Amino acid sequence: MQDLQSIQDEALALFSAIEQPAALEDAKARYLGKSGVLTERLRSLGQLPVERRKLVGEQINGAKQALEQALAQRREQLSQEQMARELKAQALDVTLPGRGVLRGGLHPVTLTLQRIEALFRSVGFDVTDGPEIETDAYNFTALNIPDDHPARAMHDTFYLDPAHVLRTHTSPMQVRYLQAHALPVKVIVPGRVYRCDSDMTHTPMFHQVEGLWVDETVTFSALKGLLVDFMRCFFEQDSLQARFRSSFFPFTEPSAEMDIGCVICQGQGCRVCSHTGWLEVLGCGMVHPNVFTPLGIDSERHVGLAFGLGVERLAMLRYGVNDLRLFFDNDLNFLRQFATR
Amino acid sequence: MKFTESWLRTFVDPPLSTQAMSHVLTMSGLEVEACEPVAPAFTQVVVGQVLTVVKHPQADRLNLLEVDVGQEKPLPIVCGAPNVKPGMKAPCALVGAQLPNDLVIRAAKVRGVESFGMMCSEKELGLSAEGHGLLELDSEALVGMALRTWLELDDTVLTLKLTPNRADCLSVWGVARELSVLTQCALKTLPMPEVDRWTAHASLGQDLAPMRQVLLEDPRACGRYVGRTLHLDHPERPTPAWMLRRLQRCGLRSKNLVVDVTNYVMLELGQPMHAFDDTVLQGNLSVRWAQPQETLQLLTEQTVALTPDMLVIADQRGPVALAGIMGGMPSAVTGQSRQVFLEAAWFAPQAIAGRARRLGLNSEAAHRFERGVDFLLAQRAVDYATQLLLETASGTAGQLVDCAGIIPRRPQVLVRPERVRRVLGLALSDERIGSLLAQLEGQLQVSQEPKGFWLTPPSSRFDLNIEADYIEEIARLEGYDNIPTQTPVASMRLSARSEAVRDPAELQNRLVHRGFQEVMTYSFIAGSELEKFTPNEHSIALLNPIASHLSHLRTTMAPGLIHTLRYNLGRKQERVRIFEIGRCFLVGPQHTYQQEQRLAALVYGSRYPEQWSLASEPVDFFDLKAEVEALFPVSMAPRFYPYTEHPALHPGRAARIELGQRTIGWLGELHPRLVAGYELARAPLLFELELAPLLSCSIPRFVEPSRFQPVRRDLAFVVDEHLPVDALLHCLREAKAPFVTELDVFDLYRGSGLPNGKKSVAFRVVIQDTERTLTESDLEITTTALITAVSSAFGAELR
Repeated sequence: MQDLQSIQDEALALFSAIEQPAALEDAKARYLGKSGVLTERLRSLGQLPVERRKLVGEQINGAKQALEQALAQRREQLSQEQMARELKAQALDVTLPGRGVLRGGLHPVTLTLQRIEALFRSVGFDVTDGPEIETDAYNFTALNIPDDHPARAMHDTFYLDPAHVLRTHTSPMQVRYLQAHALPVKVIVPGRVYRCDSDMTHTPMFHQVEGLWVDETVTFSALKGLLVDFMRCFFEQDSLQARFRSSFFPFTEPSAEMDIGCVICQGQGCRVCSHTGWLEVLGCGMVHPNVFTPLGIDSERHVGLAFGLGVERLAMLRYGVNDLRLFFDNDLNFLRQFATR
Repeated sequence: MKFTESWLRTFVDPPLSTQAMSHVLTMSGLEVEACEPVAPAFTQVVVGQVLTVVKHPQADRLNLLEVDVGQEKPLPIVCGAPNVKPGMKAPCALVGAQLPNDLVIRAAKVRGVESFGMMCSEKELGLSAEGHGLLELDSEALVGMALRTWLELDDTVLTLKLTPNRADCLSVWGVARELSVLTQCALKTLPMPEVDRWTAHASLGQDLAPMRQVLLEDPRACGRYVGRTLHLDHPERPTPAWMLRRLQRCGLRSKNLVVDVTNYVMLELGQPMHAFDDTVLQGNLSVRWAQPQETLQLLTEQTVALTPDMLVIADQRGPVALAGIMGGMPSAVTGQSRQVFLEAAWFAPQAIAGRARRLGLNSEAAHRFERGVDFLLAQRAVDYATQLLLETASGTAGQLVDCAGIIPRRPQVLVRPERVRRVLGLALSDERIGSLLAQLEGQLQVSQEPKGFWLTPPSSRFDLNIEADYIEEIARLEGYDNIPTQTPVASMRLSARSEAVRDPAELQNRLVHRGFQEVMTYSFIAGSELEKFTPNEHSIALLNPIASHLSHLRTTMAPGLIHTLRYNLGRKQERVRIFEIGRCFLVGPQHTYQQEQRLAALVYGSRYPEQWSLASEPVDFFDLKAEVEALFPVSMAPRFYPYTEHPALHPGRAARIELGQRTIGWLGELHPRLVAGYELARAPLLFELELAPLLSCSIPRFVEPSRFQPVRRDLAFVVDEHLPVDALLHCLREAKAPFVTELDVFDLYRGSGLPNGKKSVAFRVVIQDTERTLTESDLEITTTALITAVSSAFGAELR
């Protein structure tokens, strides 16, 4: 009769050689099944002398346990190998692009407007919007620009009829807003404006942001502070240089043009700043009493500051765009450059 | 305003470089727009005189010259200029001279002949872009003198960009006066012109022309009129070179001596002048408003129809000049006019303003008068012009005609230091304010009660009428840079924004996330384009469009988007998804202009960007409809109706969009006729919506979520093929069946198993109560209510 140890060795060798789960179960039956080798041995224990039964029984059970443990291990191993094969078969090329990615973007003028709005909102300015077809009265007369005033020649105005124009600036909203709101007011008005002028550096339509703050504590010195702060935040340059030059707008007095140190060359002189180191960025001033008086605002009590920003100009400086007309050509190759968020 | 630095420095000469002086002017509001040297740098070019001209033995086109340059011996120079002739004076670059364009002159052999220098043209010296032949110099030029000295080339032309309020700086004298205040540097006094020695004296038997009388019909329009008749012995004489040089460098072209002198006086003093051919004028003059039907041929040779709001100078026959704007052609002075009448007047700005622009005239005089001319200048100007003319042409001066009209009352204004400090936010002492105001050369009186200064502006300033005007002057003279830059102080108030209002930025971002690129197109477009889309809307034409393709305000954004599509298809784009927010304009009821904001979008090409795992399918109506639906807040579902009548849309693939019983926009595929007309390979889809309705939404309101299981029932109805599904859906929703929490279309079937002309529409109905688990009979009641509603409304049968 074959000894127990060699049966066990033979079985273990067999199990580890088997590659298929079904074959493993067959092998299991051969040793541990109803008529398996070890089962038969156990069954024939009764034929042994009583004093040997216990010892042989333990030996057989020991072999049986060893086989079962080996079986379980092999089963698990085969199952893992099987899983590994399946997973391998299911593997994707994860470097392929994802499906249905949608990418759009905002117009650079919108990005600039949103940035301007956010900065002024952060110090309590409201944001509103006004009509683009404007009456001659709001666009000019109410802003202290009477008929035949030479300042009208500064605006190349589109007329719809003798009494209506496409607004040449966002400033008429100063008057409209003051008519509709109780003092104090603090507001910016972004929007499209129009001038009949078209060349390298002018488009017949462009965007402005009007700013108006009327309160009892407003001063020219605060106007300077507000706008310098704004420019430094807008361009994210804490030490941006700024200067205010005397100028003339019929609806502000004193009036000023604000220049900033060239953000392209840091004031060293370049093509963008015409080698002056300075960039003209906005017009501003203190609201003219001739604007307040017809509105019933007491100039003695309230002082106003106002400013007008050219949005395309700021967008060009901020993003380094070198041609104004690109903003309205709507070339997608140009516009998509601004979808960086 | 253009002038030379040397001219300015004859009146005020601050110890500042050109750059520093420009900076001072710019910061004070007289922006120096350009600052250009009269001539580029060059050295060792002198006045040479050609002594002899001999043909070059080896070259036909070259000459051998002997040139006197003031040295011991004349220089032999080879020269190819065609205009060279013995005796002429021309610039001569000596050996060692450096010319513009890095040219250095050396002694050289030209075709075997030695040459010691070069005779120059204007072009070679960089004085002009053109230059044929040598620059011929005046016969009085001093041989051997540096050319830069003789021609005063070491000078700079400054161009000021003057704002309309500073007419007082439209002259060299005016700028000098301002610069003197700004730099605290003394202003030289203007010499009084001497006229006496030319004045005709009857006692000496000189012929006195009868003195011309001038009548001011509207003394407010013409506040002063000064004139004088001159007899010129030599009106044909050339304008002195120094004067000509100044005029040319200031951008004025030379006409003849008389006209040049009047222009010169205007540039120097700021007083516009006019000169008439005195022999053409008939009798006395009047300054009056034009009468209907009067015409005048102007110096530009155009004949204008005068209107009664135009002020004219008229003789007995009619208008001879458009006052303060331009003279008439018939009485124009020529180089042969031996008897001229000089005019210097003060016209009120309102009497001149706007007329030149209306007539399309470019007039230096009108430019000054409509901004305000110093009303004390007229006589000085006439005398000065008299002196300058007679010095050159010689002759006699007639008596001065001087008519006084009414100069507007000068405003007296109180300037309160307290107010100055408050507006500027600058702590200036009363004394400092007083001393700044005193520099204005008006009248100043100190006032104790109320505290301040009473000021009357100088005769040259028309922009000082109220206290604010003086506050600006104080800020300007103190220097804007010296006003502190202070962080503003304000009361902290939150800006109230309703939660039920959406910002347009939300919609923009939503579209961007769905793959749309924002564009900005012009608000104007060709009228013919609008015809294609909105033939029934009353569009608005611009009176002065910039181009014919930008002639009308847009009534719809669709054509602008289609043009953007075409532009980009031309640049090899294949898939385009664009949107724009902007105003559209049309004439509404009672001829009012409507200009509401709209949101429009266009899609073209494949549904998804071309990709390895997606079939390339064209984007279709339902893709775009999903985009429209996604724009509305969940609480405000729009309704869609077939839109067969839109002229630019495919009649079977277009929808009208309604919200709250009001049409707020449309959606659809471009009409095949237009697709072909625009030469597009396939049809773009577009939508356009009013913006305002999209901006309101509701504030969330809590409802207890149900703890009980929902039940789903699917109901398929067989209905007429042409019945819009929305009608069914709407009917089901309005049926008020109990416990229904969701109701949507999930299947649409046409084909076998259904009668001809019928379709089956399947709805998913979710039924749930918050109080209890529903019983079969509850469900029965709900489904019956739904079935009954559609069967009675549309004859729908349950499939």
